[in-house]
Amino acid sequence: MKLQKPNDVMLQVSMRVITLFIFAFSFYLFLAGHNNPGGGFIGGLMTASAILVLYLAFDMKTITKAIPFSFTTMIGVGLLIAVATGIMSMLFGYPFLTHFFDYFLFPLFGEVELTTALFFDLGVYLVVVGAAMTIILAIAEDDK
Amino acid sequence: MSNLVILPIIIPFIIGAVLIIFAKHHRLQRVISGFTAVGMLILTIYLAFLVYQDGNIVLEASNWPAPFGIVLVADMLATLMLLLTSIISTACLFFAFQTVSSDREKFYFYPFFFFLIVGVNGAFLTGDIFNLFVFFEVMLLSSYALIVHGGTKYQLRESFKYVIINVFASALFVVAVAWLYSVTGTLNMAHISQRVAELEQTGVINVIAILFFIVFASKGALFPLYFWLPRSYYGPPAAIAALFGGLLTKVGIYAIIRVFTLIFYHEPTFTHKGIIVTIAGFTMVLGVLGAVSQFDFKRILSYHIISQVGYMVMGLGIFTPLAVAGAVYYIVHHMIVKTALFLFAGATERITGTTDLRKMGGLIKTHPVLAWLFFISAISLAGIPPFSGFFSKFPIILAGFQEGQHVISGIALLVGLLTLFSMMKIFSYAFWGKQKHTSEQAKTPIGKLLLPIVPLVALTIILGIAAEPIFQYSLLVSEQIMDPSIYIESVLKE
Amino acid sequence: MEVLMSVVIGIIFSVSIYLFLSKSIIRVILGSLLISHGVHLLLITMSGLQRGGPPLLGLEAEAYTDPLPQALVLTAIVISFGVTAFLLVMAYRTFKEHKTDNLEELRGSADE
Repeated sequence: MKLQKPNDVMLQVSMRVITLFIFAFSFYLFLAGHNNPGGGFIGGLMTASAILVLYLAFDMKTITKAIPFSFTTMIGVGLLIAVATGIMSMLFGYPFLTHFFDYFLFPLFGEVELTTALFFDLGVYLVVVGAAMTIILAIAEDDK
Repeated sequence: MSNLVILPIIIPFIIGAVLIIFAKHHRLQRVISGFTAVGMLILTIYLAFLVYQDGNIVLEASNWPAPFGIVLVADMLATLMLLLTSIISTACLFFAFQTVSSDREKFYFYPFFFFLIVGVNGAFLTGDIFNLFVFFEVMLLSSYALIVHGGTKYQLRESFKYVIINVFASALFVVAVAWLYSVTGTLNMAHISQRVAELEQTGVINVIAILFFIVFASKGALFPLYFWLPRSYYGPPAAIAALFGGLLTKVGIYAIIRVFTLIFYHEPTFTHKGIIVTIAGFTMVLGVLGAVSQFDFKRILSYHIISQVGYMVMGLGIFTPLAVAGAVYYIVHHMIVKTALFLFAGATERITGTTDLRKMGGLIKTHPVLAWLFFISAISLAGIPPFSGFFSKFPIILAGFQEGQHVISGIALLVGLLTLFSMMKIFSYAFWGKQKHTSEQAKTPIGKLLLPIVPLVALTIILGIAAEPIFQYSLLVSEQIMDPSIYIESVLKE
Repeated sequence: MEVLMSVVIGIIFSVSIYLFLSKSIIRVILGSLLISHGVHLLLITMSGLQRGGPPLLGLEAEAYTDPLPQALVLTAIVISFGVTAFLLVMAYRTFKEHKTDNLEELRGSADE
C-alpha cells in the first residue's frame, strides 16, 4: 500500500518559525553554560532536537540537501576542538586542560566574561549534535 | 607536574578524531594508524624508562591541586601496563591491516580502535576513582562498538549479553563510588587511601571493598561472572578478539590490583586471603575445565583467559611482595602470549576457514613455521621452562606454599597441567594428524600474517631467558604498589 | 528526606532488576535505563541532601550544596545516554537480523 503524501503545510510553516526559536534558545544555553545552568551538552541536545523537528516536518532528502555536511565529521571536528583547547594550555607550559578567563569591555554588551572553556564547550556542543543526529538517523534511514 | 603523562591518552584521542573525519579513505587510515601505534610504542617505552629512573610522575589536570582536581599518576605498574598495551595494540593493528575487510574498515574500525586505547590508557593512568569509571566507560563503549563491528547474526546475539552485563556492572561501579564518597568524602584515590586508613577498614568499608571487587571481577571475568566471555570473544574477527583477549580483562584485573593494594589493604585476612583467593581458585579450575571440554580454537583460548585471570588474582590474594611480583610478571607474560595465540587462531582460520579443531589437521606439513611458533607460545602458556610462563607462575606458587596456602597452590599446579593438556589438544588436532584442508588452502600465503606475531613470540622467549632482570623489575613494581605511601606522597606531596 | 529517597531508589532498583530478567530485548534496555536513574539518584542521595543554595555563581546564598555529586551525576547521565543510544541501535539491528526480540529465541545452540 502506497502511503499518500500527507498534507502538512501547517506543520512545515510553523516548524520553520519554531526551530528558529529552539536554535536561539539552544545558543543561549550554550553561552550561559559557564557559571549558570546550560552548556555544550544541553545546548547540543536542544539543537539536535531542532534539527530533528525539521526532519520530521520535511522529508529526509530536503533536509539532507539543506545541511551539507555529515554529522559524523561533526563529531570528529568537535572532539578535535575540545582536545585542542586542552593542548593550547600545554603549549604555554600549564597542565593539560588549564582554563583561563578574563573580563572584556564590548560596545553594546558591556563587560563580558570570556573564557577558554567556551571553546571546549563548543567542541562538546558539536560532538553532542553530531552523535545524537548520527544515532537517530542510523535508525531512521533504515526504514524504507 | 609534567604533561608527558597525558600524552598516552590524548594522542590516540586526537588520532581517533582525525580518523573519523577521514573514515572513507582506508589507505590513509592505515598509514596514520600504523605510524601512531609505533609512535605510542616509543612513547610508552620512554615513559616507563622515565618512571623507572625518576619515580612517579603526577599531572594535576587543569591545574587544580591534588585532592580537588583529577590527577593522572604514572607509577611503575601503570607505565608497565601502558607499555604492554601499546605492544599488543600495535601487533593487533598490523594484523588487522591484513585481515579486516575494507567494508569494516570504512565503518569506523580504526577510530573505535583508538578510542579503546584511550579508555584503557586512561584507566591505567588515572588517580581518581570516578575518572576511572569514566575511562572504563570510554573503553567499554568502544569495545561494544568493536564487538558488534560487522554486525553478523552471531555477533549481534552474543554481544547483547556482553553489553548488558557490563552496563549492569557499571551501574554497580557508580553505586560503589557513591558509597565510598559518602564514607570518605573524596574521590582522589590517594586521599581515599588516607581516609580509609584513618577510619579503619571495618563494616561498611569492607562492604564497599567487596562491591568494588564484584564490579571489577565482572569486567575481568572472574568466577562466577565469567559466562559472557567465551561466547562474546568468539564472534568478532581475530584482530579484535586478540585485542580483547589480551587487553580488556586485564584492565579489570589492574583495577582490582590497584584498589586492593592502595585503598583496601588493611584487612588482608578477610579480603585478600579469604575472598580473593577463594574466587581465584574457582576461576582457575572452572576456566580450565571449560577449556578442556571445548573443541574450538578460539573458545579454548577464551576459557584459558578465565583460568589465567585466576592466577593473577591469586597472586594478589596471597599478598606478599613475591606473590604480587609473580602476578605482575604473569600479567606481562599472559598479555603477550594470549594475544599471540589469538592471532594464531586468526591465521589458521585464514588457511582452513574454520576454528573448529575437528575440521582441522596436518597444518604442520603445509605451514611448519606457523606450527612451531604456535608450539612455542602454547607451551609457554602452559608454563614449561625456559619460557616466560614457567618463570611467572613459579613465584606465585612458591609464595603460596610459603604462606601456607597449600590448597590454592595445589590447584594452581593442577590447572597448569590441564592447561598443557588443552594446548596440546589444539596442537595435535590442528597441526598434527591427517591433512584436512584442501591443497588450494594449503597454498594460502601467511608470511605477512606472521609478521605481527613473530615479535610477540620472540618476546615470550626473551621474557623466559631474561627472567632474572624482568623478575627484578616486577619485584620493584610489587614493592612499590605494596607500599601505598609512595603513591600517596607522590600525589598529595606531603 | 534521605530515607524517602532510599526507598524510592530501592523500588527503582527492584523494578529494573525485574525488567532485566524479562525476555524481551526492549524491556531489558528499559531496565538498564531505569537502573541508571536509580544509580544517579543514589549518587545524589549518598553524598547527603544538604539544603543550601544551588552551587551557581549567579545566585547569592548563605550556604551552597556540594556541587561535586551533581557534576558526577551529570557525567554519569551523559555516559548512560550514550550507552542507551547504542543499545537501542543495537537492539534494532538485532531485531532486523534475527526477526525476533525474544531473548529465549536468541539463545543460540552450542555447536554453531
